[in-house]
Amino acid sequence: MGRFHRHSDGTPHRHDGLDGEHDEHDEHDEHDGHGGHGHGGHGHGAGSEVGDHSGYRTGPERVELLEGILSENDRTAAANRADFAANGVSVVNLMSSPGAGKTTLLRRTLATLGAGINVGVVEGDIETSLDADRLEGLGAEVTLVNTSAGFGAECHLDAVMVRSALAGLSLSALDLVVIENVGNLVCPAEFDVGEHARAMVFSVTEGEEKPLKYPVMFRSADLVVVNKVDLLPYLDFDLDLFLSNLADVNPGATVIRTSARTGEGLDGWCSWLRDLATGSGAVSSADGAR
Amino acid sequence: MHELSLCRAVADVVTSHAEQRDVTRVTLRVGHLRQVVPETLVFCWKMVTDGTELAGSELVVEHVPAVGECRSCGARSELDKPVLRCAACGGRDVSLVSGEEFLVVSMDLATSA
Repeated sequence: MGRFHRHSDGTPHRHDGLDGEHDEHDEHDEHDGHGGHGHGGHGHGAGSEVGDHSGYRTGPERVELLEGILSENDRTAAANRADFAANGVSVVNLMSSPGAGKTTLLRRTLATLGAGINVGVVEGDIETSLDADRLEGLGAEVTLVNTSAGFGAECHLDAVMVRSALAGLSLSALDLVVIENVGNLVCPAEFDVGEHARAMVFSVTEGEEKPLKYPVMFRSADLVVVNKVDLLPYLDFDLDLFLSNLADVNPGATVIRTSARTGEGLDGWCSWLRDLATGSGAVSSADGAR
Repeated sequence: MHELSLCRAVADVVTSHAEQRDVTRVTLRVGHLRQVVPETLVFCWKMVTDGTELAGSELVVEHVPAVGECRSCGARSELDKPVLRCAACGGRDVSLVSGEEFLVVSMDLATSA
């Protein structure tokens, strides 16, 4: 889809569907000293020379790359996914803002799922083993990734970090791996880590407008767990408005209401996980990041 | 911080292709729905490339509007908000035609005079 041409300033441009408004990039060309001199147009493909007619300097050589910004991450994610497949493990990437209740939900989840299903957890945090410690003793294999240790204190997990963590799990003995991402509604959405499904924990203390403010995250989720519903009587939170906002950015998302504190809704969430682990669920996305 | 991570990824892509050659400009194509602030990308680019072989290179961000096509009425419309709704009929069964692009389009190399 789309087609390329070059503008008179030599900037390649792609038209997708709608002709019409062009971008702000023209202004950038005023800084390079030879903007506005036609670069002779059709230099497609790697290594093509783009001529400069200004005469006082040899023009740059433009090399077309057309490579995904996250292509390196995506290659590692594909390797992770292949390893998961080879070991018959299903993997869910669990994301939320800080404090939405991921770890509390996970504690109850491990207790509820019981012995019938072997679970591994990759626990991602910028610092500390506090969350990983909270998951000990519940029958799951837990491995910790601190993104401050060698990963530049990243605010998300990427495929390479998850790959490094997999050494801490005996994949062949597991049915399900839960990757508890760093609490953050922006960055984790961009990074495919090789998961089969993405679940988000959203708590009702966060506000109805969040899907509109963080559309990339909400759009990437297969399942949205609406947590802390035990607090609804004490809040002005409008659940219908939230669900309408969610449907605006992601009409296909499954929604499960839970309280990790009281246990309400845990059965629905656990059966979603079981379906994922046995491959019988209606979980839609198997292609990770979009 | 989001843009910082993305700039690191861009720098990795460009460095792997540059093979020590002098890169003067890197052009990205970023869709409207990617929740990326171009000015912040440019700011982070300086931070990420400072002291590397990409130091001094310019980052240019091409913005691609989000366009949806309605599966009900067939109309194409530009989406200024991240809401998948047809501007023509109000339908919600809208597929994205563009707006999720996230590409390193090209790098410009200095040619020795």
